[in-house]
Amino acid sequence: MGVSADRLSARLPGGDGALILAVFLALYAGFGLLGVLLGLDANGLASTLQRITFFAAVYALLALALNLQWGYAGLFNIGVAGFMAVGVYTMAMLTAPTDPGTGGLPGLGLPLPVGIVGGMLAAALVGALAALPALRLKADYLAIVTLALSEIIRIVYNSTSLRTFSIAGVDLGTGGSQGLALPTNPINALFYSDARSPASPPTALGEAAFGLFGAAGVQHTTVVDWTYTLVLVVFVWLFYRLLSRVGNSPFGRVLKAIREDELVARSLGKDTGRFKIKTFMLGCALMGLGGILWQGSQSYVSPNNFLPILTFYIFIALIIGGSGSNTGSVIGGALFVGLLFEGPTFVRRLVAQQIPLGDAPDTFVAAVEPLASLDVTPLLAYALGNLASLRFVLAGVVLVYFVQTRPKGLLGHRKEIAASVDLSERPNRPARADGGERR
Amino acid sequence: MADTYSRGKRVFVERPLELVLLTVGVALVADLLSKLANGTVTVLTLSIFLKDGIVIGLVIGLAGVGLSMTYSILNFANFAHGEYLTAGAFAGWVATYLVAGAGTVSAGDLFLLGVSGGADAGTVGASVFSTPLAVLVGFAVAVAFGVALALALDRLVYRPMRGQGAISLLIASIGVALALRYLLAFVFGTSRTGITGGTLPTYTVPVIDLIFNAHELALVAAALAMMGGVHLLLRRTKLGKAMRAMADNPDLARVTGIPTERVVRATWIIGGGLTGAAGYLVVLETGTISFDYGWTLLLLIFAAVILGGIGSIYGAMLGGLTIGIASTLSLIWIPSDFTHAAAFAVMILILLTRPSGLFSGVTTA
Repeated sequence: MGVSADRLSARLPGGDGALILAVFLALYAGFGLLGVLLGLDANGLASTLQRITFFAAVYALLALALNLQWGYAGLFNIGVAGFMAVGVYTMAMLTAPTDPGTGGLPGLGLPLPVGIVGGMLAAALVGALAALPALRLKADYLAIVTLALSEIIRIVYNSTSLRTFSIAGVDLGTGGSQGLALPTNPINALFYSDARSPASPPTALGEAAFGLFGAAGVQHTTVVDWTYTLVLVVFVWLFYRLLSRVGNSPFGRVLKAIREDELVARSLGKDTGRFKIKTFMLGCALMGLGGILWQGSQSYVSPNNFLPILTFYIFIALIIGGSGSNTGSVIGGALFVGLLFEGPTFVRRLVAQQIPLGDAPDTFVAAVEPLASLDVTPLLAYALGNLASLRFVLAGVVLVYFVQTRPKGLLGHRKEIAASVDLSERPNRPARADGGERR
Repeated sequence: MADTYSRGKRVFVERPLELVLLTVGVALVADLLSKLANGTVTVLTLSIFLKDGIVIGLVIGLAGVGLSMTYSILNFANFAHGEYLTAGAFAGWVATYLVAGAGTVSAGDLFLLGVSGGADAGTVGASVFSTPLAVLVGFAVAVAFGVALALALDRLVYRPMRGQGAISLLIASIGVALALRYLLAFVFGTSRTGITGGTLPTYTVPVIDLIFNAHELALVAAALAMMGGVHLLLRRTKLGKAMRAMADNPDLARVTGIPTERVVRATWIIGGGLTGAAGYLVVLETGTISFDYGWTLLLLIFAAVILGGIGSIYGAMLGGLTIGIASTLSLIWIPSDFTHAAAFAVMILILLTRPSGLFSGVTTA
């Protein structure tokens, strides 16, 4: 499949950009068909495609950030959720009003851009804190340290003792397990005269947009959500450009050299530790921004949004696409969301609509017992009812499958080579044509 | 004199973090003693914390032995280890329920352990005291299932990947963990339910009035017996020697004619069995079961293994006890929702200051 995807991108005019576009169009076609079969109206279809695009974009953002750390520099970070949490919480605490109403939590009352930059800086600093000493360790120790750190971060934000606290006379709060209110999405201000309330009269732009799309039967909230999703898509493009620039710069060449053989890079006089820390910090800042952009669509954030499972989802997305390839990261994010994350739910709705399965049994035993009389329907109904669990099982199986049989993902075999001249093209060394794999 | 001074100076300059840790440790002990002296912490409170710490620590140590062995011999961090614990516990308790409740409740409900279905802890009333046979059968099944699961997963997932890097295996184990955990959720549901029932005899330690119950006693006895068994196995048999050889240098072991595949299988058998047993025992003691409790214990088990030094069996046991006691004793100073965070922080600090572990020096046994 990797090879065929590659051939496809060679045949498509426009290269990688066209490949990404083709993947998205295929997803849209698939979900559009599912939506039509389900009998969704125009608004339902628009909002379905918005959901797919939104999640594909956030997973692409995070997979790109992770690709910088793992794909380029070989730093195995499984604390992504923790760094995202630091970004989002710092942003929320910096921007929360200084004198909240009853039930609100106090913050520093700074403007949103300051909050976002502050969130990224905080994530980068925590990343540096983790990376400074941990980079001396073996890769699997770094994994354990980052996972433990992300759990510590989540526990701290979840703690009741820090629900509200004050440092040097300034009142702050994390909200504990109830979570923390997020600042109003600035996109709302484009469409509504009062950004806080969708019931307020629309602005001139809102009037025009709502009128235009309303004629096609698309509701106001869908229009607003689509606008925010398009902003995320622009951010994906920015991340992609930034990381491609980093990857092709002299800095990026050192990173790839570290990934291939750290000893060689050190022998050439590169301070590899410093390179790794910088990369780790940049990656963590981007994860913080990714988290902010993701949670920015919600009105509040809670520690349960940052369970380790989130990190593993991002890893699955990156591994499907192929670590080491930026295009792969974006495609991996889209495929993960389309096929593993959202796809099963739609298939369930379709099956439930098309095939009358009757009431699902309450327990596994009640679902399995009829198998004795060769009746599969209750088990099928039970499986559809408990699809949430099966989706995780599927994700785990896909992860094992990819690591075992396609460790380079769909596009990872194109991982960019460390040298500026492709030395692997020499005809007498076909075995290393993948660009310097050591084994 | 000058030599001691320069050595002291070197320690001070080269290992500032370790020195800080030592100072903090000494300060904490001093603070504990002063709290005991002025009565803020009573001897009874302290002994309850110690007892709880030892109980949870033994379970963590038992599970840690398996993790430590696979880590040193197969050379990868198995993130699915917590799920071996949960799966063993579910298998064992299904067996216990089927034996204990046979005739009174339908087998289908018993199979579901009351997690979903009609067999609740009260009607079955499983405990060491009221249904000893059922608990013994369940324990044996938990061990057997742990072994079978470890071998099956090795055959399916890890064996085809022998020789691949530690990180590839680690990622595969994360996939295994996800799949196993949610298969359990699929079958047994996602709620946390009570398992043991009936009244338990309790025993009181004279002088300090410390009370402990039969399940805690059973856990301590079983865990210590299994650890003793592993000790004898590794020290007195040829297999133990082969394992230590493989942990030290797999290539050399193969060259000297050690059947490495067989040693790997033995590692999984011992590790899986101990882990299944640990899972069963922790449910016996806490009295509740849920599909994800192994995952929540995993980082603590890692902490124990790292504390003891990866590959060291005794290190894992001691590390488990240390982590267990540290997490309960920490309640004296910090709020209870931070105990896990404290244990993880200790683990990170150990990794940074002494990556080879506190009790290391030798690898494997």
